[in-house]
Amino acid sequence: MADSGSEEIAVIGNTDLTPSESENNLKNTMVEKGTSLLKKMEISVAEAEKRTGKNAVNMQETYTVYLIETRPVDAASEGTNPVPDSLWRRYSEFELLRNYLLVAYPFVVVPPLPEKRAEFVWHKLTADNMDPDFVERRRVGLENFLLRVASHPVLSTDKIFYSFLTEENGWKETVFETGFQAKADSRLKALNATFRVKNPDKRFAEMKHYGDELQSVISQLLRVRARAADRLYGVYKVHGNYGRVFSEWSAIEKEMGDGLQSAGHHMDAYAASVDDILEEEEHYADQLKEYLFYADAVRAVCRKHELTQFELEMAAQDLISKKQQREELATGTVRTFSLKGMTSKLFGQETPEQREAKLKMLETQIEEGEELVKERKTECNEYVKSAWVDIERFKEQKDHDLREALISYAIMQISMCKKGIQVWNNAKECFSKM
Amino acid sequence: MSDPVVDNAVPSGNSSVAIPTDISGQILDLDEDDDLEVFSKGTTLTEGSSFNASMQTSPASLINQYKFEEEEDGDADTKDIFVTVDNPESIVTAIETFVTYRVMTKTTRSEFDASEFEVRRRYQDFLWLKGRLEEAHPTLIVHPLPEKFVMKGMVERFNEDFIETRRKALHRFLNRIAEHPIFSSTDDFKIFLTAESGELTSHKKQGPGFLSRMGETVKAVAASVRGVRNRPEEFTDMQEYVEAFTQKIGSLDKVSQRIVREKKEHLEELKESGPIYTLWSQSEEELAEPLKRMAGCLDSCCKETEEQVKELNDHLIPVLHEYVLCTETLKAVLRRRDNIQADFEAKTEALAMKKADRDAMRVELDKMEDRMEWANNALKSDWTRWQKVMRTDLRSAFVDTAERNVNYYEKCLAVWESFLHSQRTEAEGNGKVDSS
Repeated sequence: MADSGSEEIAVIGNTDLTPSESENNLKNTMVEKGTSLLKKMEISVAEAEKRTGKNAVNMQETYTVYLIETRPVDAASEGTNPVPDSLWRRYSEFELLRNYLLVAYPFVVVPPLPEKRAEFVWHKLTADNMDPDFVERRRVGLENFLLRVASHPVLSTDKIFYSFLTEENGWKETVFETGFQAKADSRLKALNATFRVKNPDKRFAEMKHYGDELQSVISQLLRVRARAADRLYGVYKVHGNYGRVFSEWSAIEKEMGDGLQSAGHHMDAYAASVDDILEEEEHYADQLKEYLFYADAVRAVCRKHELTQFELEMAAQDLISKKQQREELATGTVRTFSLKGMTSKLFGQETPEQREAKLKMLETQIEEGEELVKERKTECNEYVKSAWVDIERFKEQKDHDLREALISYAIMQISMCKKGIQVWNNAKECFSKM
Repeated sequence: MSDPVVDNAVPSGNSSVAIPTDISGQILDLDEDDDLEVFSKGTTLTEGSSFNASMQTSPASLINQYKFEEEEDGDADTKDIFVTVDNPESIVTAIETFVTYRVMTKTTRSEFDASEFEVRRRYQDFLWLKGRLEEAHPTLIVHPLPEKFVMKGMVERFNEDFIETRRKALHRFLNRIAEHPIFSSTDDFKIFLTAESGELTSHKKQGPGFLSRMGETVKAVAASVRGVRNRPEEFTDMQEYVEAFTQKIGSLDKVSQRIVREKKEHLEELKESGPIYTLWSQSEEELAEPLKRMAGCLDSCCKETEEQVKELNDHLIPVLHEYVLCTETLKAVLRRRDNIQADFEAKTEALAMKKADRDAMRVELDKMEDRMEWANNALKSDWTRWQKVMRTDLRSAFVDTAERNVNYYEKCLAVWESFLHSQRTEAEGNGKVDSS
């Protein structure tokens, strides 16, 4: 994997990276991150299985469960290969875990799950969740998700995450006991609310904008890619017709027969080769999709900043107006409009005792208000600090991963070209024997 | 009538037969029935060494010739006539607009007055030549001409691509005629290549006119109604082959056109992806460079694909299409042969029934028998010849296509390898040792 040292030779030589190899590369990159969790534990989503059971409304349903395997790191190096600890989880449990993490760590760009339903499919692939190819790709995506979380400096230390990996029973209850659900609802509400922030951190505003652009551009790419895959499939498959016609034609020819017959076989091989090619391309699409969904996570973090900033601004605003009220009450001048003020004007001035009481109340409120503003300011600053750290981490990860994705795409194209050269050279030889 | 000595021992590989320089007058004087007599006057197949000036070739020399043809592997080096069709030009007159093509000939053949000729011809002239050759040699296989009109897609006659496609087909047509042992030595061919426009027009007018052509058609229809009784097996085999071949070549034509369509549609999608990568690169910093390169690679591949599609259209498709047209020719040739046999059979029957005029009828019957045997042998020889030519044409068309496809993939390979190289050297340059 490491290309250190060998320059030119390795550059061209290492062009035959299979999808599983590049998968391993990503895994290894994450493992190399060296969180303490990953230092002691190997994590994988080894299998997928269909189950049927009764759901919440007592109806029969079929669903898929995934086997999460964990294994102490030392065991492998010792040479012994103990049976890994394992447990089964469904997709909805992964979703629950992620929702928990979103609430518990709002300043983290939380890794996304693989898509719930197959989107951006080209016609040969079904959008069926039960389709074995889809299930397989989802298995890979779920493993990827777990590794991403496990390699995150903050997320990897989470207890709920740890028990997700290790405790089959009662995990769900543990999660609900954290009370995150209530926070989850208010979080969702807040994220979707419209409010105007006066002084957002410029970096976050830019980052949010970037998230929008990233999402838009990757969506477009995925759509075009799906259509192109469709077309490419057509091109290759039509060549299969050559195979059939050559074979039939060879039956009526004497000298040309052999050449035609063997050329026909190569045309069939060419037509069949597109299936592998498109499967590899699907892998590239999955890598893009991960970052499509990451864009959402980035936007959420930026939104949260806006929210905290907004709340700070609201508290500050509120404090200012309370201070103004105090001033007016103390000096007797009315600058701010208040219904109380108007009614007192209409129905007569307040008594000095009433005024004293009001002033006292205001003082308390102002005190509390100042505390609140201080709190919120701290909250805001801390959020900005930790969120920006994670955003920087995300940016670095994104640059690395997407570059790797582009490289593996090029490798895939190279492999496709090499296959094409081989087939057509063979065909050419057969044709020349016609 | 002059009776020049003719050397029937045809020089090896040479497709020309020594013809006296000017028999044009004699040939043109013949009307239809005399045409038939031409083939049997004073010769039988077994004798065949005396030459009749009113004949273009004797059956015997024809047979000898074909025998030589079969022994030869290829006569490229002994080719003594080179014909090209190029330089299309639009001519606008008060009545019509049409395209003329330059036909250039270079030859060392003695029957030509000079060694180089340049004339201008229009599609009609080619049609005329084809018609003449078919009339004179009903059971020889004339290479097809490009179609008169292209119905689908409403292609304009003066569209550049259409004219270029037609020009290439006309070029191939003339070359096939030039390579044909019988056709290339016909007077009509020579006149086509050498006569000035005025000369050609008057020559055209002197040919068998519309009425005689009508007569031929009527006869043909009548004959086909009669049907053939005892078709020799080899011609039935030919018929079956032609039917099967028609299907196969038709399928190949369709498959190839479908491939072109699919590739074009793939190209459309591919063209959209490059710009998206460019757009993306504008939002990125570190990734901007690889994304821009990616866009560049995709654009290069698009260009290569466009080139590949163009070559399919320019080279493979026209050849397949010509052989589709060939099948019509083959069917017509087999039909005409059948008609000749049917004529003969009918006459034989008529003879059996008649009492009077038997002697006269017998003479005619012999002539018809000769004609039939000549036609059959001509077809058999030309059939072998056609198969060889077909094999060569289709083989090289497919070999070339395969080679171009290899080329295409090689170019795309280079594009992606350079991308890979740029990314890896860049990563190493940045001090990051890539763990991929």
